Amino acid sequence: MNETTGGVEMDEEVSGVVKKFLYVNRKAPYGTIYALESLEVVLIAAAFDQDVSLVFMDDGVYQLAKGQHTKSINVKNFSPTYRALEGYDIEKLYVEKESMDARGLTAADLIVPVTMLSTAEMADLMESQDVVLSF
Amino acid sequence: MPIVVNGQSFETDEEGYLTNRNDWNEDLAKEMAKVDNCALSDSHWEVINFLREYYDEYQIAPAVRVLTKAIGKKLGPDKGNSKYLYELFPYGPAKQACKYAGLPKPTGCV
Amino acid sequence: MLHTVNKSPFERNSLERCLDYAKKGSAILLIEDGVYGALKGTAVTEKVKKAMKNVTIYALYPDIEARGMQDRAIDGIKLVDYSGFVDLVAEHRNVQSWV
Repeated sequence: MNETTGGVEMDEEVSGVVKKFLYVNRKAPYGTIYALESLEVVLIAAAFDQDVSLVFMDDGVYQLAKGQHTKSINVKNFSPTYRALEGYDIEKLYVEKESMDARGLTAADLIVPVTMLSTAEMADLMESQDVVLSF
Repeated sequence: MPIVVNGQSFETDEEGYLTNRNDWNEDLAKEMAKVDNCALSDSHWEVINFLREYYDEYQIAPAVRVLTKAIGKKLGPDKGNSKYLYELFPYGPAKQACKYAGLPKPTGCV
Repeated sequence: MLHTVNKSPFERNSLERCLDYAKKGSAILLIEDGVYGALKGTAVTEKVKKAMKNVTIYALYPDIEARGMQDRAIDGIKLVDYSGFVDLVAEHRNVQSWV
């Protein structure tokens, strides 16, 4: 992808079908590379103007925890990047309530505004997608 | 290949992006621009400084579409458009301005 | 004996198995995603607290801090830095890593 394909110029070539994409994030940050890889794919794919939703469940909810300081483990703190998603027109962020409860977390502990869904509601959301990408 | 400014050598990648963001200074930006035959005006600096602030806040270099929109929000619609930004940075606003700002290439650019 | 756990207790059974095996007087060090097992108010907190009656539990503070969990460690869990990690390894005759 070059720079021009990231802009409005691309719309003429690939406009047409808008599909529903769901990114499912189930891993804690830093322990594995999944969380960062997912974030990068989301940012790159944002250029394609699709209907994108992000789900955070199981240990994935930890990706959004406030107050991450990674200097001592010598790894990049990518949590501020979740706040940039809005500028990429990615505004549908969901967290699973059961996962939050099991970890003693509330919406106030997260760095971005999210919609809290139950497992059953999450299952409906997943069912309604055209493409599901799992991390 | 390293870039030399004021007798000091700084590491860059094969495309000329600074390896260590903390090495950055204004003279370094001017030198990088000089290599591209570009003299930095106040308008260039406005974008470069905007990018540095964006990176500090979000830890990424924005895609060009996102940069254009964000510049428009902050500096007005006469600057937040592709024409204005491509005139300032003909090699691509995100790509070229990020380089001078000492940032990595925006995610998704090749 | 020193046991180390580097997996999240919500994803693997490493911590659970470690607690089955850790004998009275032994030490458990939680590192990497294992530090999620050191937190208050979670689904595993009670199990860990119970184990603390017989074993000493440590957690690597840089890993806690990286994950934004600074204020959540269970009272009584000892927070160590990297040199503390080295000391623990040196102090114990052997180490089992529940990877």
